[in-house]
Amino acid sequence: MKTEILLAGFGGQGLLFAGKFIAYKGLVEGKNLSWLPSYGPEMRGGTANCSVILSDDPVGSPIVANPDVLVAMNLPSLDKFEKDVVPGGMIFVDSSLIERKVVRDDVKAFYIPATRLANEIGAPTLANMIITGKLIKEAGAVSYDNLDDALHKVVSAKHQNLFDLNKKAIECGYNYAD
Amino acid sequence: MAEKVLMKGNEAIAEAAIRSGCRHYLGYPITPQTEIAAYMAKRMPKINGVFLQAESEISAINMVYGVAATGKRVMTSSSSPGISLKQEGISYIAGSDVPALIVNVQRGGPGLGGIQPSQSDYFQATKGGGHGDYHLIVLTPASVQEMADLTSHAFDLADKYRMPVMLLADGTIGQMMEPVELPEEKTSTVEKPWALTGTKMQREHNIINSLYLNTELLEKTNFERFERYKQIEENEVMYESFMMEDAEICVVSFGITARVSKNAIIEARRQGIKVGLIRPITVWPFPKQPILEAADKVKAFISVEMSMGQMLEDIKLACECKKPVHLCNRVGGMIPSPEQVLAKIVEVEGGKN
Repeated sequence: MKTEILLAGFGGQGLLFAGKFIAYKGLVEGKNLSWLPSYGPEMRGGTANCSVILSDDPVGSPIVANPDVLVAMNLPSLDKFEKDVVPGGMIFVDSSLIERKVVRDDVKAFYIPATRLANEIGAPTLANMIITGKLIKEAGAVSYDNLDDALHKVVSAKHQNLFDLNKKAIECGYNYAD
Repeated sequence: MAEKVLMKGNEAIAEAAIRSGCRHYLGYPITPQTEIAAYMAKRMPKINGVFLQAESEISAINMVYGVAATGKRVMTSSSSPGISLKQEGISYIAGSDVPALIVNVQRGGPGLGGIQPSQSDYFQATKGGGHGDYHLIVLTPASVQEMADLTSHAFDLADKYRMPVMLLADGTIGQMMEPVELPEEKTSTVEKPWALTGTKMQREHNIINSLYLNTELLEKTNFERFERYKQIEENEVMYESFMMEDAEICVVSFGITARVSKNAIIEARRQGIKVGLIRPITVWPFPKQPILEAADKVKAFISVEMSMGQMLEDIKLACECKKPVHLCNRVGGMIPSPEQVLAKIVEVEGGKN
């Protein structure tokens, strides 16, 4: 099995971080994987995206042109990448930031008010991890078990409160029902 | 087996260099390789190493020359325009027969070009680059694991043959993260009686120099150096052969484009096309022998590269023009897609053009 994931939004929303967490989750589960950021003259507030491939076989090209799973955390990202998702794929939309719905009817769309939920649980910077929680539940690319193992790789032990908040955000997204 | 960690290709180079006993990094920042310098800046002070950001690339490469003359393991890294600036120093290092590692994480050119990945410094890396008759050993990693492993190997080769070695990567492999098992700690095991370590009044002076006003002597050092190059061509060629056993079409590609090509080859095989891949890991010395052998079995070669067909010339030379060599490329920071490579394979299979 192979899952190609594209996470896209504004710089500063933590899409690269969320991608890194998913990649580590895959690593802990013994999968082959790659993580590739877009890099360009980008800055906070600009566009940022990263591609994560999780696969049972060795990963060939790390470039994701047609994702199985798209996470869109701003309107320009949804506008740009909606058409690229494979038929039957999934799109996760932060519905507190994107008013419009997914136009295509051959993909599964999930609407999560991630930014609003993040504020509600007292973790305003962790909308990325809320949407990641929902992705874990629906996409089946990585499991929900042993979150701590992967989370410890991306949040250093020095920041226990951040670790707890990240976990809370993932759980919040995982349990969110729209 | 050591635990696998997730690292960017650039970081893997830096960590592997440190584990190979490199304690001197001299550089100047440029996208897309700056993570190497950033990693060194953080780590070197903690292990009694030297991280130095020079005032320019030219200054950095001459500092590398200086450290190399003492026999210490030393490296610099840059990206295409910065590597052009370093060419004079690289020629001096080659002409002085001292070991060093130069990393080029390529970006689009010519000129200042762009910051997206490219392989268009192939000629510069494999055909000399600077002035005079010389070669670099040129290694081309295609994964984060190879970024680490080939860095480690590069230091050994540099010491063994007393010459500069280049790691020729690109922006994609530099920026991407993959699981990597880092190489063991090691140090140089090669004796360096030529190094400038201070005579302590107990031996004659060593002299490291690339200036020979005596023409006969300069000719002699050139001939001797090329004797060494001949040994390297005989002993140090590295390549990967993928699905070549029954192949009728041979794709030749290195680095990131080799990975893209593998996707295309697997799909082409699914469609019943007998196609394989020769992936040069050293592009100097170029894997001439396997390509010449393939020339008797396949009907055509396809060079997949992010340049206007620079490696294509080496494939033609290697196969002695026995079979046509087609080009499948993107340039300027664009990367070929598996679909583009597949379309080329199908086209060549169909015997058009």
